[in-house]
Amino acid sequence: MTDATQQIGSYENEAQFGDYVALLKPRVMSLVVFTAAVGVFVAPVYVHPFVAFVAILFIALGGGASGALNMWYDHDIDAVMKRTSRRPVPAGRVSKGEALTIGMWLSFIAVVMLGLASNWVAAGILAFTIFFYAVIYTIWLKRWTPQNIVIGGAAGAFPPMIGWAVATGGVSVESILMFVIIFMWTPPHFWALALFMNEDYSKAGVPMLTVTHGRRVTRKHILAYAALVAPLAIYAAFTSIGGWIYLVAALYLNAKFVYGAWQLWQRDETAAEADGYSAEKRYFRFSLTYLFASFGALLVQALWVQGFGMGAW
Amino acid sequence: MAAPRAEHELHTRRYSRNLGVALTLVCFVFIVFGLTYVKITNGGLNQGFDHVVRPELVPLEEGN
Repeated sequence: MTDATQQIGSYENEAQFGDYVALLKPRVMSLVVFTAAVGVFVAPVYVHPFVAFVAILFIALGGGASGALNMWYDHDIDAVMKRTSRRPVPAGRVSKGEALTIGMWLSFIAVVMLGLASNWVAAGILAFTIFFYAVIYTIWLKRWTPQNIVIGGAAGAFPPMIGWAVATGGVSVESILMFVIIFMWTPPHFWALALFMNEDYSKAGVPMLTVTHGRRVTRKHILAYAALVAPLAIYAAFTSIGGWIYLVAALYLNAKFVYGAWQLWQRDETAAEADGYSAEKRYFRFSLTYLFASFGALLVQALWVQGFGMGAW
Repeated sequence: MAAPRAEHELHTRRYSRNLGVALTLVCFVFIVFGLTYVKITNGGLNQGFDHVVRPELVPLEEGN
């Protein structure tokens, strides 16, 4: 092999622009964009559309930056799990150092730009969110406790609170409720996934509840969290961001969410294995619909109030 | 020498990456420009005192 061929070989696995985009977990970013946008638009304060656009963009970039930091730290377990083995770092297209540098710089840019575009309360919450996801969840909790998902879920719950802070410059009952809905929704969502992806987490040694306490306990926990989130989500209908549109949606979605959890709790492993975990997969997919529809209903409610001048209650 | 064909592939790969970075930077410039424009045009009065007293900047009670 000549020097030239050696050099060509080393470039074959070179990162393309899409790999750097993948580092920011675009699918997670879409959820961040949506919930942050709802936070901005349901707030009772007018935000200039361009400022709102820029603020949401940098909230999403902050979320993406924490995703890059997560991929930097988790490169070893990502390589072991089938679901994550093709990510840019374990696949060898982006180096660990690059992921860390990109994550740090994008975090800095996102926080500063959000502060300049809106206010420093929103920027401060974004900085804390990045710290929470990268340090508290990824570095500390994920490999240490089966409650990793519960506490780590807070990181994903902050975007609507940041969106609300962009508009109002503060925190209130409504923004805390939006936070709590996502916070309490996260465990059932991820544990439903863990029920049918158990092998992946076992191989990587991540102490998911399914690995440490078994599927029976996980099913109980899913039901408990679904039962806890339902009254809080319905209660949001009676605050300033709620109204009859959201109430109808919340009643239907939460009834279905709790009923689905109850069905999962009743199933035993023999039945689940027999049908290839179809109910668990269905519940996981519905949990995504639940969150998008709940926040979508809040948005429709806000547009109804603003567009038609109808009072919430 | 077989290098030219291989370099061509290499350049194509680099082109996509460089184009992506360039477009990102151009977007960033437009965002900063747009944000500046919105902040200035929505910020109310932007005149300052410049050694000469301007009547329109004097508070109403004093001016009347």
